[in-house]
Amino acid sequence: MAPKSQAARSRETKSRAIQIAPKIAPGDNSTAAYDLAKIRADFPILSQKVYGHPLVYLDNGASAQKPKPVIDAMSEAYETYYSNVHRGVHWTSQRSTEAFEGGRAKVARFLNAASDNEIVFTRGATEAINLVAHSWGRKNLKAGDEVILSHMEHHSNIVPWQMVAEEKGARIRVAPVNDRGELIFEEYLKLLGPRTRLVGVGHVSNALGTINPVREMIEAAHGKGIPVLVDGAQAAPHMTLDMQALDCDFYVFSSHKLYGPTGTGVLYGKESLLEAMPPWHGGGEMIKYVTFEKTLYNDLPAKFEAGTPHIAGGIGLGAAIDYVTQIGLEAIGAHEHDLLAYATQRAAEISGLRIIGTARAKSGILSFDLGRIHPHDIGTMLDHQGIAIRTGHHCAMPVMQHYGVPATARASFALYNTRTDVDALMVGIRKVIEVFR
Amino acid sequence: MDELRDLYQEVIFDHNRQPRNFHKLPGANRHAEGFNPLCGDQLSVYLKVSDQDVIEDVSFEGRGCAISTASASIMTETLRGKTVQQAGTLFENFHRLVTGQDVDAVAPAADLGKLHVLTGVRDYPARVKCATLAWHTLQAALKNAATTVSTE
Repeated sequence: MAPKSQAARSRETKSRAIQIAPKIAPGDNSTAAYDLAKIRADFPILSQKVYGHPLVYLDNGASAQKPKPVIDAMSEAYETYYSNVHRGVHWTSQRSTEAFEGGRAKVARFLNAASDNEIVFTRGATEAINLVAHSWGRKNLKAGDEVILSHMEHHSNIVPWQMVAEEKGARIRVAPVNDRGELIFEEYLKLLGPRTRLVGVGHVSNALGTINPVREMIEAAHGKGIPVLVDGAQAAPHMTLDMQALDCDFYVFSSHKLYGPTGTGVLYGKESLLEAMPPWHGGGEMIKYVTFEKTLYNDLPAKFEAGTPHIAGGIGLGAAIDYVTQIGLEAIGAHEHDLLAYATQRAAEISGLRIIGTARAKSGILSFDLGRIHPHDIGTMLDHQGIAIRTGHHCAMPVMQHYGVPATARASFALYNTRTDVDALMVGIRKVIEVFR
Repeated sequence: MDELRDLYQEVIFDHNRQPRNFHKLPGANRHAEGFNPLCGDQLSVYLKVSDQDVIEDVSFEGRGCAISTASASIMTETLRGKTVQQAGTLFENFHRLVTGQDVDAVAPAADLGKLHVLTGVRDYPARVKCATLAWHTLQAALKNAATTVSTE
């Protein structure tokens, strides 16, 4: 994949801004190119019934369901060739190593990384950020240094930095957001200063759906020689990613939100940065040579992968990447965008419903509240209609504080959701309002 | 939705709409804050406890879901005039009630009275913490714990 021009990327970002069509008919938004029925048939769980209702799964931002090819790839590994990887001389170990490292190669292609060595497997996006905070952060942060984070970060991109900042005497500066839930870019630029050592930002806000202008943010930071970590947990399942075009320094995402297994995540880091970073966890796999006097560390990416990795996890993630790539990230993004536009329009028809997060560039997340009806009550009542949504602070308490709410209800869309799902959600919300009247 | 009525009884809606004893308590000599990290809900419980360990007055403040607000509201109604020891027994019984355990197993069995409207919570394990937040906070206040309690 050739790196896209900056103009092309910028157009892409803009095109994601929601354009609400004056009239969108209900029903399924399946097209000849995007066969929803076929896609849904790939996900066994979608035919489940909950409390006698067909499952309407709208908690994809928390974790996505798994398609048959992912489940099968993992079962096949365990049933036919599983073994520990990298050091075994026997057939199963060779075969497992190929499959596991094949997963890494698929991740590298998925991100358009320059090399497989830039892909470090972790337990998840959270661990990937902790790895950078503890390895890169401990080495590079000193007293008085600053780390810039956005006000809409997930706790996993706040707390690791606070921990290191506290240890080193560094401090966290927060780039503010406006009432729509968009980063205020001029304020962000003002924060970039001589003491800034790193910028950490979510590509897509999990609580609001805001797509942050990460390309422009990286460009501005790089203008001052500041590296940027992008938390892509909510972006990877929904849009084409290109590390080389983005010129990102660190990018993290988790497998389980991308239709792969839990317990596996990815840290992408520019090779030069990863090379210069000390190891974080010590153990097997991450060494070349060990004596009690001195240990010689392994090369990338093994240096950061102490212990036996989640072998089937890497294989499952590879299968998940194959799955979404086959459908096409552009097509998936367009489908989810259509669902969001439809849901936004339908939600606006419900009196008393307030959408939390109305950024012009937004991914498939609809966060809302119903005034005095608490999100937990909404969640329980929707659950009884077979509708799974997330309720709470979404591990993003600072942005909840910004909106003055303890929690919101959140519907988040995936490639298999339909307008019928959205219709069920809206009927459900109206019932909740009715019961609470 | 009808089966939900076991959880959301009319009494719960009533207490959610108009929580009783919902204010700071002038002259309170015990106080604690409770916090449910699952949903970000916070509430404060205030108590006036006599030298004879009798709860003379009790109130609460904060915000939460209908289950947590109603539970706190009914708790304050139930506790007034009870001894600290009776409050402890009530909590033990109430906890058994909402987690689906045998209430009568506790001796001496305290009369749960109106607290029975929260029985439906036993079918919703994810909501037990909503129903017990006020009670955990009460425990902390009775011990005059300076720290914030959490349901986690």
